[in-house]
Amino acid sequence: MSSSILPLTLDNVAYASNGQRIIAGVSLSIEAGPSTVILGANGAGKSVLMRLMHGLLRPTAGRVRWSEADPASLRRRQAMVFQRPVMLRRSALANVVYALQLAGVPSGEREAQARAALDEVGLRHLAQRPARVLSGGEQQRLALARAWALHPEVLFLDEPTANLDPSAAREIETVIKAFDAAGTKIVMATHNLGQARRLGDEVIYLQAGRVLERAPIEQFFARPATAEAAAFVKGELPWV
Amino acid sequence: MFQLDAELWRIVLLSLEVSLSAVLLATLLGLPLGAALAVKRFPGRRGAIVTLNALMGLPPVVVGLLVYLLLSRAGPLGELGLLFTPGAMIIAQTILILPIIAALARQALEDAWREYEEQLRSLGAQGMQAALTLLWDSRFSLITAVLAGLGRASAEVGAVMIVGGNIDGVTRVMTTAIALETSKGDLPLALGLGFVLIAIVLVLNAGAQLVKEAAQRRFG
Amino acid sequence: MGVALAAAIAGFITVASTTSTEQSGLFRHLLPIFTAKSGIEVRVVAVGTGQALDIGRRGDADVVLVHAKPLEEKFLAEDHAVRRQDVMYNDFVLLGPKSDPAKLAGTKDVVTAFQRIRAARAPFVSRGDRSGTHFAELEIWKLAGIDIGREKGPWYRDTGQGMGPALNTAAAMDAYILADRGTWLSFRNRGDLAIVVEGDKRLYNQYGVMLVNPAKHPSVKREMGQAFIDWLVSADGQKAIADYRIGGEQLFFPNAHE
Repeated sequence: MSSSILPLTLDNVAYASNGQRIIAGVSLSIEAGPSTVILGANGAGKSVLMRLMHGLLRPTAGRVRWSEADPASLRRRQAMVFQRPVMLRRSALANVVYALQLAGVPSGEREAQARAALDEVGLRHLAQRPARVLSGGEQQRLALARAWALHPEVLFLDEPTANLDPSAAREIETVIKAFDAAGTKIVMATHNLGQARRLGDEVIYLQAGRVLERAPIEQFFARPATAEAAAFVKGELPWV
Repeated sequence: MFQLDAELWRIVLLSLEVSLSAVLLATLLGLPLGAALAVKRFPGRRGAIVTLNALMGLPPVVVGLLVYLLLSRAGPLGELGLLFTPGAMIIAQTILILPIIAALARQALEDAWREYEEQLRSLGAQGMQAALTLLWDSRFSLITAVLAGLGRASAEVGAVMIVGGNIDGVTRVMTTAIALETSKGDLPLALGLGFVLIAIVLVLNAGAQLVKEAAQRRFG
Repeated sequence: MGVALAAAIAGFITVASTTSTEQSGLFRHLLPIFTAKSGIEVRVVAVGTGQALDIGRRGDADVVLVHAKPLEEKFLAEDHAVRRQDVMYNDFVLLGPKSDPAKLAGTKDVVTAFQRIRAARAPFVSRGDRSGTHFAELEIWKLAGIDIGREKGPWYRDTGQGMGPALNTAAAMDAYILADRGTWLSFRNRGDLAIVVEGDKRLYNQYGVMLVNPAKHPSVKREMGQAFIDWLVSADGQKAIADYRIGGEQLFFPNAHE
């Protein structure tokens, strides 16, 4: 296997849309290893930042640089799970097979790899069920299976449990931990502080499109460096 | 009267052959066109969409006239010898309903694209690949677009009359037969044919609806 | 239509003719006889006279069979055909409502009838579509000394329609109308209309047939087209024409050799 696509570097990245500035001059570097949690209130720009990193959006200023130049290879080695899972009108298994097909996996191997991925997330018994009739939690697990099958180096997650009930959310967190244990770099946006603590190793705190703070997780919660971060941690959010 | 039944059969079968062929061709051409317009961004896209929508209202008789001028021996494609044949009728109807199928597909697919775009791009589906995936996934809602095309083709008389010539036994279809019997003053026969035509279209539509519902139950 | 084919099908020709001719049912009677003898299928495109000649001008038909001599001669002069032959004639009849507002009962002279219609401003439906029937009607107005273009009023309805629809309109409006006998005999929706004037020589409607000029239009099927024309004017063809009846009445009178 060729060298890592990390570190991911953002050079003064900005993003504006409809005249509105959403991300303002973010410079940071994402390294392999610790799970990175992006915290911030709703509207802070977490989702946009994630999409800029994943390549779904192009910055209006600045650069997003990976350590890998070939776009096809880059695409295959990162995956993203969205807040709302989007499934094709096919069986659960077929959805995973589709992702493998896009990734260039030879047709003879796709089904076996897809089944293994479903096993990993505990969805083996639903392999033939139409994906769209699965529950929210099951679909999100399926999205993770789909990502798992690709064995990505980096997994982006945009508020993956925001729409789920607590028990479904726990199941998702278990899978994310499995990804982490397997060596996948986790970059997750959430506004759920408990979840951040359970899954994250470091925190990037975002407010109004700017990175206000970046620290290891315990340090961030125990001794936030800025007043805004402190307010956020206390659960009090100043209205902007 | 038995003669009439055999003749009626022939007219009905020809009508189905012409309209269904046109729908097939227009679908093969129109769905990818609608998908491309829904997914691709390019300069002039808005103008293309507006034009396509406007072409839905092409008057059949105008299409007939244009195709006639094309296929006439005195016209550019005269060598093909297609004028006054069912082939010419299929060509004219395909041109007529292509914008309908493409424009309605574009609308449905644009809505679907909003839902699918991020996920498909995240997985690495590009351009044509993404469009095809979108098309296949939306296949049941696209039935509506195809049915609209079928409805227009089955109902029109202007185009097929001009390019087909309503030749007894060769290019006479239900709509041109109805026009003929009306102009002969044989209104009961014209009405009878009209009811047969409506019944056929109803059956086709009902069939498509059943397929759509069954599929929705199966695929979600 | 139940005539057994004596010869294998050798091909087909396209004949441009008029709606009134087709609607009379003549072709359904005539063509199978010819096809059985020759193996040639005849496809008739039936439109208005003007359009039929236009189809010939474009080379989209092999043979043209219409009933408007001045237009046919123009067609000849333009070199779109080399020869024109008489085939048959049928006649027009003047139809009128039972109420007879122009008081035509007993008239045998169609010119007088037209003058009376004009004088009474009785409702009159014209085809107005450059058809053979339309031209015949215009001729009679001229013979009656009436400049119909200037003298028409609300009583004169220029419908721009084929014979059937025009008859529908006349029946609905209780109007006078000039129609070819064939269409009238097959017409079902008569209302209160009946024949008021017939048999006047000026009501005779002459049919001419022409082969579209193959020198000018190379795609014309010369041999088969000529075979059809030859048959039409032959004793066999002329007899077949005379044999065509509606309700026992002969519609077309063969006159190829007069």
